[in-house]
Amino acid sequence: MSNKQGGASAFGPNPWLQTSWDWRAAGNFMCGGAGTGLLMARALFGGPTQGSLWSPDWIVFIGLALVGLGLLCVWLEIGRPLRAINVFFNPRTSWMSREAFVGLLLFPAGLAAMLGVPGWNLVMAALALVFLYCQSRMLPAARGIPAWRSGLFSPLFLLTAGCEGLGIFMLLGLFLTQVSGAALISLLALLLLRLMVWRRYRRDVDASLVARARSALDQAGRTLMLGGTLLPGVLLIAAWLLGGHAASLLLALAGACAAATGASVKFTLVTRASYNQGFALFKLPVRGVRTP
Amino acid sequence: MTRWAMTADLRRCVGCQTCTAACKHTNATPPEVQWRRVLDMEFGEYPDVKRVFVPVGCQHCEDPPCMHVCPTTATKQRPDGIVTIDYDICIGCSYCAVACPYQARYKTDKASFAFGAPSQSESQRRDDSRLAVATKCTFCVDRIDSGLAAGLKPGVDPAATPACVNSCIADALAFGDLEDPKSNVSQLLANNQSFRMHEELGTGPGFHYLWDKVDT
Repeated sequence: MSNKQGGASAFGPNPWLQTSWDWRAAGNFMCGGAGTGLLMARALFGGPTQGSLWSPDWIVFIGLALVGLGLLCVWLEIGRPLRAINVFFNPRTSWMSREAFVGLLLFPAGLAAMLGVPGWNLVMAALALVFLYCQSRMLPAARGIPAWRSGLFSPLFLLTAGCEGLGIFMLLGLFLTQVSGAALISLLALLLLRLMVWRRYRRDVDASLVARARSALDQAGRTLMLGGTLLPGVLLIAAWLLGGHAASLLLALAGACAAATGASVKFTLVTRASYNQGFALFKLPVRGVRTP
Repeated sequence: MTRWAMTADLRRCVGCQTCTAACKHTNATPPEVQWRRVLDMEFGEYPDVKRVFVPVGCQHCEDPPCMHVCPTTATKQRPDGIVTIDYDICIGCSYCAVACPYQARYKTDKASFAFGAPSQSESQRRDDSRLAVATKCTFCVDRIDSGLAAGLKPGVDPAATPACVNSCIADALAFGDLEDPKSNVSQLLANNQSFRMHEELGTGPGFHYLWDKVDT
């Protein structure tokens, strides 16, 4: 019974999968990342918001709804939901409190953007980025899970959310908006960057992981490589070459792949690769030497 | 200043779990919740096999990650180093549970009892404020505070000492003030080699494991 902890040999029971956070916690990161990513994509690539009270900007609405769905997932997870307001008590050190505060600002700003108030789409995008940053810092702040302790976790999280948001934006291009060439190139670049950061993150955490966590991450890595980078990459290039109505369909498919694989990676990180480090003894007792 | 800490002598612990039972009795924790646990570890291969019994629980860290991540300020650190939870503020988000590198935190969503229906003792001592929130070892902070108020010395006088330490049949557990060089824990640490678990994470655990005498 020995394991490796931080590169050093140690004795102790093997780490086990944490069960405190399940799909509901993962849901917050999946929906929050996709929602904020979509809001940013809308502000950057969708032009000025065109909404009004009778005809709101549906992309903004969907982005806000995703963020709200993520927060609802957290609310379902907490043990005392009627005290949820207490989440605002510790912005000094807790990224969860900070996320909640930014969320409080994001929704009115998003509402203003959704109704077409000029300039508010940029405010909304900035707040979405801050919200996303808070989320990206939440898991690394939890020192109990080796797979979350990498300095590359936060950049990976931001890039994944960017891919998810832009992916959904392209998917919605079928129904709600026009997808520009800039958006296409940006998604392609984000997908490549995400894969590069993933590979560095994977190397960074490797020494601290148990075999089952490694296996879960490797599976997620394969999904990210094939379904999250190669396939959407080919689809994006094909759309660029073909143009026309087929291009819209290909862009939507590429977007769906980018979004689904990002969500899948986050689900794996929160629920399947989240092994703790167990208990480790760096020395075994030398019995019979202590005087009373 | 005072810094309360605990030592566990791995050479002495026999894995009797009396500390676990004493903790459960004192703190009335429900089934499957063990603020003080003793791990039974086995090393080597037959016939060269060793067993080591390792008391674990909240390490009352100097830099507790559970406190920093807590969004509600329910988890706090007292000036004497004891990490506490305010059950009336905690929302049960479990962020502290995943932040703790020592798996010391529990959350029980529903009241449960050892034999199904609550016994008379369980009925009297159940505390619903501890349901659906994070709970953990308190170093028996109420015993320490009431003992100090009565002029007693924690770690020396049983009435002011954590229940697990009082109950230890092998004198493996000790409790005292690290800032006092004459305290029992300071003396034990001076005269023995020790380590703290997962020290590389920089949390500064207040729980020290003795494993050998000091080389002379």
